[in-house]
Amino acid sequence: MSLDLEMEEIHKIFFEESFEGLDVMESRLLNLDVNADRETINSIFRAAHSIKGGAATFGFMEVSNFTHGVETLLDEMRNGTRPVTPDAIQLLLQSVDGLREMVKAVQAKQPIDTQRIAVLSDEIAQLLARHPGRPAPVAAPAAAATTAVTTAVPAPVPVVDPAPAFLQGGPGWVIDFRPHRDMLRTNNEPLRMFAELARLGALNVVAETDEVPSLESLQADECYLRWRLELAGAVEKRTVEEVFDWVDANCTIAYQYHAGGAEASAATPTPVVVAPPPVAEAAPVATAPAPAPVPVPEAAATAGAAPGPKATGGDAGSIRVSTTKVDHLINLVGELVITQSMLSRFADGCSPAELEKLREGLTQLTRNTRELQESVMQIRMLPISFAFNRFPRLVHDLSRKLGKKVELKLSGEGTELDKTVLEKISDPLVHLVRNALDHGLEKPEVRIAAGKPETGTIELAAFHEGGNIIIEVKDDGGGLHKAKILARARERGLVAADAELSDDQIHNLIFAAGFSTADSISDVSGRGVGMDVVRRNIQDLGGVVQIASHEGRGSTIRIRLPLTLAILDGQLVRVGADTYVISLVAIVETIQAQKDRLNAVPGSAELFRLRDEYIPVVRLYEMFGVEPDSRAVEDGLLVVVEAEGRRFGVLVDDLLAQQQVVIKTLETNYRQVAGVAGATILGDGTVALIIDVPGLVQVFNDSFAGRSPLAA
Amino acid sequence: MASTILAVDDSASMRQMVNFTLKGAGYQVVQAVDGVEALEYARQHAVDLVLTDVNMPRMDGITLVKELRSLPSYRYTPMLVLTTESSQDKKMQGKQAGATGWIVKPFNPDQLLATIARVL
Repeated sequence: MSLDLEMEEIHKIFFEESFEGLDVMESRLLNLDVNADRETINSIFRAAHSIKGGAATFGFMEVSNFTHGVETLLDEMRNGTRPVTPDAIQLLLQSVDGLREMVKAVQAKQPIDTQRIAVLSDEIAQLLARHPGRPAPVAAPAAAATTAVTTAVPAPVPVVDPAPAFLQGGPGWVIDFRPHRDMLRTNNEPLRMFAELARLGALNVVAETDEVPSLESLQADECYLRWRLELAGAVEKRTVEEVFDWVDANCTIAYQYHAGGAEASAATPTPVVVAPPPVAEAAPVATAPAPAPVPVPEAAATAGAAPGPKATGGDAGSIRVSTTKVDHLINLVGELVITQSMLSRFADGCSPAELEKLREGLTQLTRNTRELQESVMQIRMLPISFAFNRFPRLVHDLSRKLGKKVELKLSGEGTELDKTVLEKISDPLVHLVRNALDHGLEKPEVRIAAGKPETGTIELAAFHEGGNIIIEVKDDGGGLHKAKILARARERGLVAADAELSDDQIHNLIFAAGFSTADSISDVSGRGVGMDVVRRNIQDLGGVVQIASHEGRGSTIRIRLPLTLAILDGQLVRVGADTYVISLVAIVETIQAQKDRLNAVPGSAELFRLRDEYIPVVRLYEMFGVEPDSRAVEDGLLVVVEAEGRRFGVLVDDLLAQQQVVIKTLETNYRQVAGVAGATILGDGTVALIIDVPGLVQVFNDSFAGRSPLAA
Repeated sequence: MASTILAVDDSASMRQMVNFTLKGAGYQVVQAVDGVEALEYARQHAVDLVLTDVNMPRMDGITLVKELRSLPSYRYTPMLVLTTESSQDKKMQGKQAGATGWIVKPFNPDQLLATIARVL
């Protein structure tokens, strides 16, 4: 892989990681409202620190510079030098938003909103400046240590020697290097340092061996040698110092510069004497081999990272793999499932002798394939907490804005579902929660007047139910106002003036396009462009949405979703020689249709009387232009399906098996076909179309456009 | 045989970058996401160099160095901590814990390799 591509990949990881870090910061910051414990602040700090470090490493300096202020603020909070105030939390939350936008912009290679960032930076700077008395947590302790030690042990002033002969009258350094006994224990190897120096210029090394003890008392890991290093060349002081940077606490070192030339012949050369760095023990004592540790200044000790007492969630060993790779794998496994079921059928035509063995092998293959398929599918599964995590912030901000008191309860955050489903359900959920807060929950005074607790509750729950995942958004607010909805629907001509509607039907009206009963358009909601989109998104995922509401007591919105988009629990149906698949989720019931219950209205849909309800009938053979066994209703079966809150009867010749089918899209090889969600390959190798129930309803309505209230 | 470097960082992008740079220079790289994981690995395997971030969940880099130094097999292993410029005290704490030296963040691949060449 080329360098650029590799860096691109690494940047991608950095962006993902930054977004995750920002999410962590956000959720923990919201947590700080409740309890400001050390580990929470620490984890927020760590996230900011990582983003800053990464951004600097990868050259995103705006991100890094801005994060620096945020990090400083957090550092003071975790040191305890700055109180955790609601205002500071609010500013940090806004900074998280700003950072997120900034990282998004960098990722998309778009210009950054510098104005917004400048405003935030200013606010942070102001907040930081507001505590002038704060101790500088970084510099002060180190400085204190330095002074303390240097005053305690006066640095030995090196005697100024004349330039050594080695320098031959040229410029150069004479370095008096006296390691402490313990220097070798940190694995700083003098030979490597000398090699480093030798790269800067010609080097002469003189070892002083007078402190080396007798062999019996010699400790192998202690350093008894001292060196006098003569380095030729006009090397910058900083460069020379850098070589000893790592050991300056473990040695006594003096640098002497000889400018060379005429000066060298002068009686007193003007050496540059560099004050030796602080040392704990100036003169090593032979009988005390144990290194005397430099006392750690107290403030520094507190500031130091105490080991995190508990693991932060979500770090459990994971790898990042691109979804295309996973999808390819899933596709292959899907093919395998199909091949396996083809082989199973082939076994039926085998000779009895071979049959037993073949059957045995096939049983095993079936089991293995199933397991393989399940675990491959698992790769795409993510806990719904990825979608739920944004809600504490959303609710926090919105309730502030709306002046309502809300408690958000989350449950089943660990429930897993397909990544694509998860991504697509996120926005509809936001809509639902906003609605619940804005329309559902009442203001505190209204709640008190109604005898309810002042603080409203919104519950978000996720759980599995029979191969599906259910997500519920529940509030204990005012519930849907049926009369108001009905009046508005009549006003809009969505419902005939004299129509009698059930509660359910009235509730479902809120899903009609452009429907809103809000008295004024607020910032939050009320434009009526929500619920129809919500329902369409959910249906696109093969899901169903239902409402239960009680006036004065609140509403529950229940979303039922398939666990994955790759596999469908299907009912196979037969029309003539063809097999079709209908999603089991969409099927309400299947009945034998009686002719006398069918009302044919010329130019309009045929209606079938299902108990108290008239449902339109879709003749599948007409839709797909195939030859059925019989055109008579009473010879076939009526599969009652539900979509968009309405029921339809789908006329088929026969019901076949129920089975899981692997969904293959038509778009890849052909194009999208209205009323068809995709295709699958059955065990006998034939292709069966999967009926897209909401799409079918749409196609059906279009053919009677203008006559049905549901027609778009 | 190529030297093995244990790279410890909680940030996947930094790990990737270090990994990519070091592998490109012919080193073998083992990655760990925090001190706990690194220590666990180090208890069972020998490595030629430890390169660790400071701020990490569960166990930070300073503690990791301290723990590793107490293992007989890691007494003479070079250990470098990755630290930010501002944290002079972190450098000192690192030294105290037994770190060989430090690499100041942000660094570029060349700096990383040059620094490692000083100890390997």
